Amino acid sequence: MSAALQPAGPSACPACAAAPAAEQLARAGRQAGARLMLSLPTVHCAGCISAVEGDLARHPGVNSARVNLTLKRVTVDAEPEVTAGALIERLERLGYEAHELDPGTLSMTQTDRQGRELLMRLGVAGFAMMNIMLLSVAVWSGAEAATRDLFHFISAAIAIPTVAFSGQPFFRNALAALRAGRLGMDVPISLAILLATGISLFETFNSGAHAYFDAAVMLTFFLLAGRYLDYRTRAVARSAAQELAALEVPRARRIAPDGTEEEVPVSELAAGALVRVRPGGRVPVDGVVTEGTSELDRSLLTGESLPSWAGPQTAVSAGEVNLTGPLTVRVTAAGRESSLHRMADLVAVAESARNRYTSLADRAARAYAPVVHLLALGALVGWLWVSGGDLRLAVNIAAATLIITCPCALGLAVPAVVTAASGRLFRDGLLIKDGTALERLAEIDTVVFDKTGTLTLGVPEPVNLDTHPQPARRVALALARASSHPLAAALTQAETVPPADVTDIREVPGYGVEGRWQGRRVRLGRASWVGAAAETVTAAYLRIGDEPARAFTFSDRLRPGAEAAVQTLRAQGKAVRLISGDVPAAVAELAARLGIDDWQAEVLPEGKAEAVQALTEAGHRVLMVGDGLNDTAALAAAHVSVSPASALDAARVASDIVLLGRDIAPLGRAARVARLSTRRIRENFAISLLYNAVAVPVALLGYASPLLAALAMSASSITVSLNALRLK
Amino acid sequence: MDILVLLIPVSLFLGGLGLAGFFWTLRKGMYDDPEGDARRILRDDYDDRPRREDDESG
Repeated sequence: MSAALQPAGPSACPACAAAPAAEQLARAGRQAGARLMLSLPTVHCAGCISAVEGDLARHPGVNSARVNLTLKRVTVDAEPEVTAGALIERLERLGYEAHELDPGTLSMTQTDRQGRELLMRLGVAGFAMMNIMLLSVAVWSGAEAATRDLFHFISAAIAIPTVAFSGQPFFRNALAALRAGRLGMDVPISLAILLATGISLFETFNSGAHAYFDAAVMLTFFLLAGRYLDYRTRAVARSAAQELAALEVPRARRIAPDGTEEEVPVSELAAGALVRVRPGGRVPVDGVVTEGTSELDRSLLTGESLPSWAGPQTAVSAGEVNLTGPLTVRVTAAGRESSLHRMADLVAVAESARNRYTSLADRAARAYAPVVHLLALGALVGWLWVSGGDLRLAVNIAAATLIITCPCALGLAVPAVVTAASGRLFRDGLLIKDGTALERLAEIDTVVFDKTGTLTLGVPEPVNLDTHPQPARRVALALARASSHPLAAALTQAETVPPADVTDIREVPGYGVEGRWQGRRVRLGRASWVGAAAETVTAAYLRIGDEPARAFTFSDRLRPGAEAAVQTLRAQGKAVRLISGDVPAAVAELAARLGIDDWQAEVLPEGKAEAVQALTEAGHRVLMVGDGLNDTAALAAAHVSVSPASALDAARVASDIVLLGRDIAPLGRAARVARLSTRRIRENFAISLLYNAVAVPVALLGYASPLLAALAMSASSITVSLNALRLK
Repeated sequence: MDILVLLIPVSLFLGGLGLAGFFWTLRKGMYDDPEGDARRILRDDYDDRPRREDDESG
């Protein structure tokens, strides 16, 4: 790994210390070269790494490319003129799906530092644990008198700084919990660590037989391991959520009063400014068209699969995609005030409502912490009374009870399972954004799908090509090739006949394409423009001279795996529903294709959320799968929600799980993995309770020894981790 | 038992060496992509000569 790819901190490259000039060069190069980051949901092997890195390196202007397989992304160091779009196109030709990420918003260095800090504490605790254990084994196997005391002193010298350094995360959390008047898992943990260290130090100075330094450090080590796993899961999810949010276009082309265009951040746009929206671009603001005609794809906002016409005075909303002609838009609302952001605010409100879900771990901790404290207190008081005031004995037994009951396995029970499960789902192309999403996913009984962009790709596909005569198809192809409209592009891609010899072809933005063929005028475009009766389904109309118009109808291409996902979910006994904002004909057709009986069409965004709420009130646990802005409120209202990576960022923010790849089939498997992992978590709780059921009476009776504590602790932790690994 | 005077410092030193090594690997970012590194060794690239530093940073 070179310095150029490591933005963090001071020079980590030993060679650079010897050759500072080289590092300076590298740094200068880093500033000049644009660093691009692409998400690659489908890379999975050594071959992929070679293919992607090799291919990107051949692109002119690319200095280096490095794939990170763990995060499924590639970092590209390139000259400023290299655009992400060009690289994405290159990778798609190679067969890899790619999405651009904004490295600016990926505050990776911050999360990295946190992770490294935890790992460092874990490393120190591991080192100390092994050394102290070495000394403890000598004591357990019979070291006596001065030798034992010496070993205890050395152990103390190692353990005390270790606990002070490695235990900080627990102490901090415990302090915060106490300040807030709560008893979290961290309070008994901190108490056990500190009490074990304190009592052992006291015993050491009084040449006592038992010292629990190994237990204190071992506790720190195992619990830190659980903490680190937990952190990893959350860090991956958080960075992914950030990077997906970064997919949104933050820039717009503003037209200055003198007619020149400049690219500015959307945040700098004020109401009244003019922006240019090119064909294929996303409308960055809310506004009114002042110039130009085109068609707009509103599917992400409303769920309509049919493009709608736009000309002067048409109101446009941020998030719509301009299809055919350039538009000039007068801004009415930008940034925070735009409809896109208002919707995001709605989502934030719904989000906070859902955060009230209590995870299994929280419930366990809530029941566990008071019991542990009561047991230890009971041991202290009980032994004070039994022994007639022997404080040293009573405190020793209370500490042993605390150490043995300390939720070592409990701390690992959830993170180990969640790490194993989310790792498995990540390889399947599903990203778990929220820690409790798996638990919630395990509880669902109803699945609500959105149509456009979720069960379908939002990419049209001609369906009735064969019903048209050869000449008509050839003319249509010749006209379609001249346009970049999605319907025209779909026709060009699907057609197998050679194009006809059509001359004078010109595109009329917002309407269609026209030309001359064998002396007659030919037109391909909107119904009203060519003079045809509009059909209920998506269609492009062709008119040759005075012949009656022909309709080339299209249907939305099914998302790969849609059938499998619906089938799997249904086989698991879940009710599947389809709720769409699209017209009934299109929804009915898709529902029939997938065998969904329960469908609703032309549902408004509020209607979707209400439908989900009604289901919830009827006692169902709903999984909502959607991608559009019209789905966000429903996504946030559902028990758990999933959105594809192609979804609008508001939708992705509102959902708990993001589907990284194009294939939706993993969804069915995810529900199964979620149920399995919840079962594993429960098993893990049972295992740690079982260990406690055996060890606690022994400790309470005063028979606990440091050896027993060490055995119980490591055995239960290892059992729990192994049980979690069974998920893989 | 006199040997302990030698053995304990030696064991602590060796352990400390391991810890220092761990810190070094951590700072070099060797845990950033465990999955990728596990597969990279299976590639044929750079089998004949090792990759040089300037190959990477460009």
